[in-house]
Amino acid sequence: MERLNQIRFAWKPVVFLLCLLPLALVVGDLYGFTGRLGTNPIEDIQDRFGIWGLRFLVVTLAVTPARQLTGWNWLARFRRMLGLYAFFYVLMHFLTWLVLDQGMLMSAILEDIAIRPFITIGFAALLILTALAATSTAGMRRRLGRRWQRLHNLVYPAAILGAWHYWWQVKLDTSDPAIYAAILTVLLGYRIWRRRSKAAIAH
Amino acid sequence: MLIRKPSDIRPSEITSKENYLNRRQFMRAAAALGGSVAVGEAFPALIPEERRAKLEGVIPSKYSTDEKPNSYDDITTYNNFYEFGFQKDDPYRNAQEFNPRPWSVEISGEAEVTGTFAFEDLVEPHTLEERIYRLRCVEAWSMVIPWVGIPLGDVLKRFKPLSTAKFVEFETLHDPEQMPGQRSRMMDWPYVEGLTIAEATHPLTILAVGVYGEVLPNQNGAPLRLVVPWKYGFKSIKSIVKIRFAERQPKGSWQREIPSEYGFYANVNPEVPHPRWSQASERRISSEQSSGFGGLLAARRKPTLMFNGYGDQVAQLYQGLDLRKNY
Repeated sequence: MERLNQIRFAWKPVVFLLCLLPLALVVGDLYGFTGRLGTNPIEDIQDRFGIWGLRFLVVTLAVTPARQLTGWNWLARFRRMLGLYAFFYVLMHFLTWLVLDQGMLMSAILEDIAIRPFITIGFAALLILTALAATSTAGMRRRLGRRWQRLHNLVYPAAILGAWHYWWQVKLDTSDPAIYAAILTVLLGYRIWRRRSKAAIAH
Repeated sequence: MLIRKPSDIRPSEITSKENYLNRRQFMRAAAALGGSVAVGEAFPALIPEERRAKLEGVIPSKYSTDEKPNSYDDITTYNNFYEFGFQKDDPYRNAQEFNPRPWSVEISGEAEVTGTFAFEDLVEPHTLEERIYRLRCVEAWSMVIPWVGIPLGDVLKRFKPLSTAKFVEFETLHDPEQMPGQRSRMMDWPYVEGLTIAEATHPLTILAVGVYGEVLPNQNGAPLRLVVPWKYGFKSIKSIVKIRFAERQPKGSWQREIPSEYGFYANVNPEVPHPRWSQASERRISSEQSSGFGGLLAARRKPTLMFNGYGDQVAQLYQGLDLRKNY
């Protein structure tokens, strides 16, 4: 109980504030306190939010394997917060595009979502993450029962769509998206491997 | 006058620096005194080697836009020049050690006069003009840049192109020692671009040697680059070492890499989308927008103009050509 309280009242707030740093830096750079945004500020903001969304997704997906491999079960206590931050940054990425980049011009926005595949898959990932965020509360978890886990397994397709969206958007140099694709492959591979070996033991 | 060079040795290497500078001063004085030259009219260009050196004798041009140019910092710290890396600030970071002198350009193909020519001999007989042009990147951002250059057509004329010269092909320096981006196999180096002879000799097309009245910075394609303001930026090839008069249509580097996305013409055209993004609008970028939320809201996209707004001058080049197919 002592341990749980320590996580709840000391570590959680610390991690919560740390996760806000990317946002704080964007705001700080925008007003010139912490740095500069550069010549194409909207692109800079949009890219930063997008990349942090993907990073938080990867970190969220790494929580369970890390817990299983190290035995540090307290890691699970941070999973929901990290997942919600992933959603938050992806949403900020989307809103930057919607409001600042496209200026809320609905015809252009709908056209992009409908016919530009890299935007379509990015939007699909956002829809999945929205559903997961909306059902992330303890109450929703209880209400959905077994279906909750099935629904939340969609975090994998969301991450894959996110990395793919990044990959497709790059003109030529795919080395950065390739890093995310590689990490996701390892994380997904680990889960498949674990499920298989569990099934083998059961037989 | 074209002096064909028997070797790559430049006058500066045999002549003492002092005498070399004297020669240049002499050329300038001779031009300024030339009886028929009216007062105020420009003299042959002299391109200093020092970084950020002022270019003298630059005359204004009727082709310049009166839109507000981007700042020197914007123009020189944010661009694509994959030879120096793939991020927008990589050229600025990685091109500082690059040495663009001595420089020569090999002229070949369908022309009476061919050979290797020193950069100075290529440029200095011409009058430098300031050309303030819009630049529209295929990535849907744009800037306004005050180039200094000479009309490419005037340069090409001196080589007496044959009637078989239907196209002009350009090639960038290939030097992985100095250009770290070329150590990556991301692209098939050297970078190549091409124009039709009509596009190359159009008065809007220039060879740029400067920006903001100063010598062209390394990261922007020193010492010599193409500027074709009605085409997407990637057509304006940088640090040119070869110009070839060709009978057949050359293939540009991007066209070779991803033919479904980049064509030979690459004219700015809001009606023909890039497969992955719309070309209907663009963002006129500037670091001035990075001053709070209000600046960001002011940076909203604006409609892209056909031929980047140069349609009056260039549309006739493409009469009868299906621009959807010939993108």
